Amino acid sequence: MAKHATPLLDQLESGPWPSFVADIKEEADRRRKNEKNVTYQIPSDVCDDLLGVLELSYTDGTTHWKHGGIVGVFGYGGGVIGRYCDQPQMFPGVAHFHTMRVNQPAGKYYKTDYLRQLCDIWDMRGSGLTNMHGATGDIVLLGTTTPQLEEIFFELTHNMNTDLGGSGSNLRTPAACLGESRCEWACYDTQEMSYQLTMEYQDELHRPAFPYKFKFKFDGCPNCCVASIARSDMAFIGTWKDNIGIDQEAVAAYIGGELKPNGGAHADKDWGAFDIQKEVIDLCPTECMWIEDGKLKINDRECTRCMHCINVMPRALRIGNDRGLSILVGAKAPILDGAQMGSLLVPFIKAEEPYDEIKEVIESIWDWWMEEGKNRERLGELIKRQGLAKCIEVVGLKPVPQHVLEPRHNPYIFWKEEDVTGGWQRDIAEFRKHHQR
Amino acid sequence: MADPKDIVVEFMQSKAKSKSKFYFNDLAALFPEMKMREAKKIINKLVTDGVLVYWSSGSTTMYGLPGAGKQAGAEGED
Ligand code: SF4
Ligand code: SF4
Repeated sequence: MAKHATPLLDQLESGPWPSFVADIKEEADRRRKNEKNVTYQIPSDVCDDLLGVLELSYTDGTTHWKHGGIVGVFGYGGGVIGRYCDQPQMFPGVAHFHTMRVNQPAGKYYKTDYLRQLCDIWDMRGSGLTNMHGATGDIVLLGTTTPQLEEIFFELTHNMNTDLGGSGSNLRTPAACLGESRCEWACYDTQEMSYQLTMEYQDELHRPAFPYKFKFKFDGCPNCCVASIARSDMAFIGTWKDNIGIDQEAVAAYIGGELKPNGGAHADKDWGAFDIQKEVIDLCPTECMWIEDGKLKINDRECTRCMHCINVMPRALRIGNDRGLSILVGAKAPILDGAQMGSLLVPFIKAEEPYDEIKEVIESIWDWWMEEGKNRERLGELIKRQGLAKCIEVVGLKPVPQHVLEPRHNPYIFWKEEDVTGGWQRDIAEFRKHHQR
Repeated sequence: MADPKDIVVEFMQSKAKSKSKFYFNDLAALFPEMKMREAKKIINKLVTDGVLVYWSSGSTTMYGLPGAGKQAGAEGED
């Protein structure tokens, strides 16, 4: 029997998609039965009370969580996000419901015994609920009490050889695409670089002293599978300097229909015969491709490495051989006050161990941001305030035409206050009737 | 130079009526001749020694004296 009636949440289960409500109910039920005899270290009705407080929030149209406070385990300034319920008598199981962020393995490769171990720790010492993975990439463990934090940290570091991730004004957990481990388009070893820089910048990851958060992401090529260009203050995107490799026989096989475009990815529907002019040449953003005497030609000087032609004809076209990466800066994707894409800072740099040249760029950017950045000002905002030219200067680069005049624009459209019933204002006295301090 | 611990604690106590949590920048400003990264070492040492504690909203981290300030600050009531 469920502890709380949840008619509003129950509706969410009726749609065609998997439901988080059904998942939480399942876990609540499992904890009630406890067939594995787990010695629960936090209230066993945590999931029941989570459903209860969520239902109350739906009824009231407001949250009953209080954020902020605890930040981590001893010596760490991040990795834990304190969360408390403002109706603890009604929902004692979630009086404390802290989130822990755990550093995901590079490329998110797991062995099943690792996942089992993680789940066992979390069943016993937390709510059993996880979010795989958070927006930054971490393994997110949802809901535990203060006394469990050190215990979990001990087990993660000593038995699982992993660590907490970043939160607050820290370097956040770096994230990498799976890169060279599986992908022929990787222009550098993204996982290795993510690992090496994570180790190098442990202090920045765990001891907050930045004006605000700072994210690194590593994409092996401009396909940007971890969306570094949109989501990281500093994006490392693989690229090449020489020419795209062309196998003219394979080009002919695509044109003749023997090879399926896009690796057969669109085979679920008949799109008609492959048309290289319409599907590749006309879509090249810099119009630098053409057919001459039955052969495909590319003016590589104009190519922006958008990846489109390579994605469509992977057997015929290959990334170049003189490989490295571009560094873009200033992206952010916040809910308030303007998402922004990254702007090109370093057009090409070699990505070879020990990455000294890259570390120089990183550290000169940090020195500038730490000195000049206002509290809660992201790097992208500082670049807007002081200009990209200043940013180029602190890194010691020469401006080139690829350095655009201003950061690229916000891709989101927001509600205006007059569009929302009641506007943004709230009555604090009315709020306190339902929420304790 | 005076003990950094005294400088920081004195500063925080002098502001105690209006503020209980401080940004890193506010504290680093107490050591103007120092590079940011050196100031960071000093301030983090004070945390390790238990003189200061971290406070985080999840997105931003602040520093305070242990026990100072309440969560209600987040609702703009104090
Ligand atoms: S970003 Fe590029 S290299 Fe990395 S996995 Fe995606 S396609 Fe492959
Ligand atoms: S990668 Fe993009 S820009 Fe370059 S040739 Fe292919 S389609 Fe054109």
